[in-house]
Amino acid sequence: MSQQDAADLVSVKDERLKEAPLALRFMRRPELGAVMGLVIVTVFFIVVANTTMFEFSGIMNFMAPAAQLGILAIGASLLMVGGEFDLSVGSMVAFTGLIFAACVVTISLPLPVAILLTVAFAAVMGLVNGQIVIHTGLPSFIVTLAFLFILRGLSLVGLKWATGGSTQLRGVREAATESPLDAFFYEIFAGDAFEGLFAWLAANDLTAKFPNGQPKVTGIPVEIIWFALIAALAAWVLTRTRYGNWIFAAGGDANAARNSGVPVRRVKTTLFMITACCAALVAILTVLDSGSTDARRGFQKEFEAIIAAVIGGCLLTGGYGSAIGAAIGAVIFGMVLIGLTYTTIDQDWYLVFLGGMLLMAVFFNNIIRKRVTGER
Amino acid sequence: MAASSHPPLVEMRDIEKHFGSVIALSGVSVTINAGEVHCLLGDNGAGKSTFIKTMAGVFRPTSGQMFIDGQPVTFSGPRDALDAGIATVYQDLAMIPLMSVTRNFFMGREPVKGIWPFRHVDFDFCDRVTREEMKRIGIDVRDPGQAVGTLSGGERQCVAISRAVYFGAKVLILDEPTSALGVRQTSMVLKYIDMVRKKGLGVVFITHNVRHAMAVGNRFTVLNRGKTLGTAERGKITAEELQNLMAGGRELAELSDELGGTV
Repeated sequence: MSQQDAADLVSVKDERLKEAPLALRFMRRPELGAVMGLVIVTVFFIVVANTTMFEFSGIMNFMAPAAQLGILAIGASLLMVGGEFDLSVGSMVAFTGLIFAACVVTISLPLPVAILLTVAFAAVMGLVNGQIVIHTGLPSFIVTLAFLFILRGLSLVGLKWATGGSTQLRGVREAATESPLDAFFYEIFAGDAFEGLFAWLAANDLTAKFPNGQPKVTGIPVEIIWFALIAALAAWVLTRTRYGNWIFAAGGDANAARNSGVPVRRVKTTLFMITACCAALVAILTVLDSGSTDARRGFQKEFEAIIAAVIGGCLLTGGYGSAIGAAIGAVIFGMVLIGLTYTTIDQDWYLVFLGGMLLMAVFFNNIIRKRVTGER
Repeated sequence: MAASSHPPLVEMRDIEKHFGSVIALSGVSVTINAGEVHCLLGDNGAGKSTFIKTMAGVFRPTSGQMFIDGQPVTFSGPRDALDAGIATVYQDLAMIPLMSVTRNFFMGREPVKGIWPFRHVDFDFCDRVTREEMKRIGIDVRDPGQAVGTLSGGERQCVAISRAVYFGAKVLILDEPTSALGVRQTSMVLKYIDMVRKKGLGVVFITHNVRHAMAVGNRFTVLNRGKTLGTAERGKITAEELQNLMAGGRELAELSDELGGTV
């Protein structure tokens, strides 16, 4: 170790390391795959589908289911970046839907109280999931798979108990709009937003309207607003905040994170709670929207949410991914699910697409990861 | 050095650690002074890892006392040790390859700005500091946003060490920082260890490579089967003697004869 060596090490640039060009920086974005997927799918439907699909009303049509899935997918993506899975989100939607409907209809609680209770209950379930995973050291895959069945079963049992034998609980809308307070909260969680604006736009011939003067689009469905807000919030938290950095760290290497002072257990537990709360929100939105709840609500949504997150660039191994990507993944889903009805293609191709997209995304993500880490 | 008027930065006195019926450490005493590299040598299973994890607050000693600047302390977790200025750089577990250099550098101690709920990490500041610190140790990071996975093993080790130094470590525990590295990278890391020592930090350098230890060490403690075989100062012990102590002496000497002195 001579002085000469030291000088070498400090002054000589590594000639094998190239400056990262803009294209490569873009390639490093985890959302890249999702953006490309969105472009491909959009172009496909522009070519194949009826032009009404990309009119404003058409966009609202496919964005509504996309938003419902997207809220779940964003929660799932945060959890996946944190290195865990939650397979129980679909069942969680059904079960929290039951809790919510039972609060509103069966025990006639005011709507805001029912909403709070439902979300709090979901948080507790997420806490339970998280604590079991952390303390047993079992893979979250198995623990939450158990809860997939447990919660689905409980939803069935609970529905029959709450309704006296039926697996559907009706009358939510009527019960949720009884008082002015209820009606106020109902507006936030159901129906359309900006109705006044849209009526005004239509009245002034700025948007399409029916012959009787009613606007074709009466407003933006509230779930889309929720979806956009949650996507923006999740993206900000994940990329800009300390907690976000901890999520990446916990999922990238829990040991290294712990050694660096990251409270890995707390991060993972809160992630499970966030995911469950996302499911509860979707339950509230969809139950209010349809006015009833049933045991099949949220069926297989856990897989769709995870697939959307993977399309959005989340690695199955954790530590890498994007909330915005997951949101885009969900939009792709909604576009294909609804878009096929604007074409002459059999709608059941949707499932084929789902599987194909998943395979492609995982394949693509692997390439991206190698690029990012410089693996050879 | 023993006659110095300052109390040692860290003193571990008669540390014992039992895991159930297994006695991992049976009375280990070591002192670490400022401005010295204290090499902790020992074969696999000698108790090196258990010992440093005790020092780093990961394990609580079954018995024995730990002193920092002469004051008795008890750590209830790694966080306590970090707060007391004892930072550990683990061999493989220091860095997260998928995360950027900046994010790794500030992991767990991200500087934030803004008022809650808008509080966020000051990434401009982080990037700037990371770039400067990397330059200081001779790693030219063009883009602090590049993933740590793109750095070489030696560079990763250096980033981990500079991170600990930046965050005010007084005692640095390096767990086999050179064992997985090539020659050039090893020299890079050793050089950096020497630089850190000159800044006045106490360094605990765990290794089972005697040559690496001799290159930077001021004092050498050999662990064997959970016990210290004594501490020697630089210049008062040869590499061969250290090697023999580590391997429990005789057998290795015999083996060495058989192999013509290559071990």
